Amino acid sequence: MNIIKARQLVHEYIRRDEEGNVESIQTALDHVDLDVKEGQFIAVLGHNGSGKSTFAKHVNALLAPTEGTLWVDGKDVSKEENILDVRQTAGMVFQNPDNQIIASVVEEDVGFGPENIGVPTEDIWVRVADSLKSVGMLKYRNHSPNKLSGGQKQRVAIAGVMAMEPKCIVLDEPTAMLDPNGRKEVLRAVKELNQKKGITIILITHYMEEVVDADYVYVMDHGEVVMRGTPREIFSQVGTLKEHHLDVPQMTLLADLLRQSGLNIPLGVLTREELVDAVMKIAE
Amino acid sequence: MLRDITIGQYYPADSIIHRLDPRVKLFATLIYVISLFLAKGVFGFGISVLFLAMIIWLSKVPFKFMVKGLKAIMILMIITAAFNALLTPGEVLVSFWIFKITKEGLKNAVMMTARLIFLILGTSIMTLTTTPNQLTDGLEKALRPLNKIKIPVHAIAMMMSIALRFIPILVEETDKIMKAQMARGADFESGNLLKRVKNMIPLLVPLFVSAFRRADDLAMAMEARCYHGGEGRTKMKPLTYARRDYLAYILVIAYLGVTLLLRWV
Amino acid sequence: MSIIVDKVNYVYSEGTAYEIKALQDINLEIKDGEFIGIIGHTGSGKSTLIQHLNGLIKATSGAIYFHGQDIYDKDFDLRELRNRVGLVFQYPEHQLFETTIFDDVCFGPMNQGLTKEEAGLRAFEALRSVGIPEELFYQSPFDLSGGQKRRVAIAGVLAMKPEVLILDEPTAGLDPGGRDEILDLITRMHRERGMTVILVSHSMEDVAKYVDRIIVMNQGRVMFDDVPKEVFKHYKELETIGLAAPQVTYLMHELREKGLPVSTDVTTVAEARAELLRVLLGERR
Repeated sequence: MNIIKARQLVHEYIRRDEEGNVESIQTALDHVDLDVKEGQFIAVLGHNGSGKSTFAKHVNALLAPTEGTLWVDGKDVSKEENILDVRQTAGMVFQNPDNQIIASVVEEDVGFGPENIGVPTEDIWVRVADSLKSVGMLKYRNHSPNKLSGGQKQRVAIAGVMAMEPKCIVLDEPTAMLDPNGRKEVLRAVKELNQKKGITIILITHYMEEVVDADYVYVMDHGEVVMRGTPREIFSQVGTLKEHHLDVPQMTLLADLLRQSGLNIPLGVLTREELVDAVMKIAE
Repeated sequence: MLRDITIGQYYPADSIIHRLDPRVKLFATLIYVISLFLAKGVFGFGISVLFLAMIIWLSKVPFKFMVKGLKAIMILMIITAAFNALLTPGEVLVSFWIFKITKEGLKNAVMMTARLIFLILGTSIMTLTTTPNQLTDGLEKALRPLNKIKIPVHAIAMMMSIALRFIPILVEETDKIMKAQMARGADFESGNLLKRVKNMIPLLVPLFVSAFRRADDLAMAMEARCYHGGEGRTKMKPLTYARRDYLAYILVIAYLGVTLLLRWV
Repeated sequence: MSIIVDKVNYVYSEGTAYEIKALQDINLEIKDGEFIGIIGHTGSGKSTLIQHLNGLIKATSGAIYFHGQDIYDKDFDLRELRNRVGLVFQYPEHQLFETTIFDDVCFGPMNQGLTKEEAGLRAFEALRSVGIPEELFYQSPFDLSGGQKRRVAIAGVLAMKPEVLILDEPTAGLDPGGRDEILDLITRMHRERGMTVILVSHSMEDVAKYVDRIIVMNQGRVMFDDVPKEVFKHYKELETIGLAAPQVTYLMHELREKGLPVSTDVTTVAEARAELLRVLLGERR
């Protein structure tokens, strides 16, 4: 079953002047069709302003579609009565680690979500411990978030979502403000949740290295889904990616350059190991 | 320099004071502040000092850490002391130009400065040992009766706790913006008052913009985690009184009694 | 000789339990016209170091000389130093405050004591060099996109015509397009104007592609200070401090281990391509 299903999803940001007349309309999502199966690891790529964040906010019912429909676990997000359910099913992690931590102690922050949905006190404690453990932050439970590194803060934010026992987590550029170590930490945690707990992951990013292990990739531009496929299918189209102002991983780029120079290297090389093998084959 | 402010910060430690119910700590702080203005004479103050010293010791917060917080209000203390020393009429000790320092003035200056120091230490021990969330939980529960007269106690408490969480972040941000503008030649130190106020614009505008952006982000993050006001919310750390809390209440009231008694002796 | 950092130490919150030795025994010489990359993980002291170079932080001990003059001298004008050593902070768009883009860029030059006309001319030139179209000049900076805001903020420092331009992670949070724009802009400043540029970055790939010299910071000390290919020879040591060499360098090492006679000095994609073509096609012929 598809945990997320978008059909002809449109979102327009309408700007009005002081009298309420429409000043400008910006189409952030333009008839998007998208499906995510339960347990998948999905990546959504796109440059800033491509509509990927707007899409993420629909999955969490923070924005309502202008046209079209989005179902999260079979529930229509535009229906008022579904909002709390949808938010519980599909948790959200944002870009800025500082602006999503509410409490001044790690464990209290993780408990915030369960408190909001009325989980009994004893259960909150169990959930907080479990979710902190799942992202490897249990020993920091009594720390102040201000003293943590960026990667640690993001892991606390992920634990905060996990404590609501979601089926799916949407991460909106969770690593954009982190250093390389923080980025690795967060990705490792996310992958583990996907593999060990079967949580569906929707990772929104513009770092190409982060999507190599995804099950499926969507590329967005001008509010539309312009490419879709496995990472290998996507990265074998270096030129098209560049047109959408995106990069490819360094290995893919090098492989592509070598192929253009006449070497017999297969399309869609993603990792160093693959390129080493391809080059060694030629050398033999 | 700005990061030295310790007021409003939480110092994580495991002490009996940390474990006390926030309502007890709120009550005790209130009583302590009142007592500072009721205390009279060496004995009266002596008791206040002893009481505070005991609590600081029990709290396991390093004294050094607390003193650092005092530095931030040093100027306020000096002004208070100066005003008291110079403007109290009485027996003149020293006089120069139009200024006279009187015996009473000196006494007042010492008293007021001491009061101010104890006031700050006393209240900061509350914030240092109580997480903002506990503090607002305490306030929320203590002020619950006000809900009946349509005061949104939960919303106010939530706003306070968030404000406290963001104080250190905004302080750091102020520091950063100030440096960034100084790198562009901004001058925050010289000029007359009007010019100085005007010079603050390059600092204040970005700070407000940033604060609003953070507020926006945070509101969205809270909504995303199903926050919908105080209704139907449970508590991870519900407030229940333990035996130590009742004991603390008795101790605080006894302290107030002694202070009052010493007034009449 | 442009800037000499001599035995500089810096200690945060000295004498308290929170004492942190942010910089320890730093000795550097930054020559005119160099393009330097500073790398190190968060907390390695790189941000503290660059704030020393324009006098925003004063060293606990040691000296810094700018064109031979001690910047801690009583007579030395620190504001003049800040005019000549431009510092672009991380997320510089957070410092924008004026009602129009143009006025915001004028802020620096006006503080230098230039007339309105001169400042305007500088602003015009700076905005053009960062590629902001003229029709945007009189709009609010807050209406721009993230990448544009950042370029305006950089223009605000360029308008002061500094001799040295220091940028603290200028591409943080930008998408690939925005990142390339900023890096190309910086390279142009270096190439066309002969500006000394110091680039603080997390990205080994970016640093390897653009700079002539890399300074690696770790725990407040300078760990390596050399040309990129020499620094990246120490990739195993870099890994122990949470850094790494560019992906292509690893590739070359792995190929060499498998017996392909490639040079491991490679640090950029372009170099890797040339080297692989030389070895592979050369062998075939």
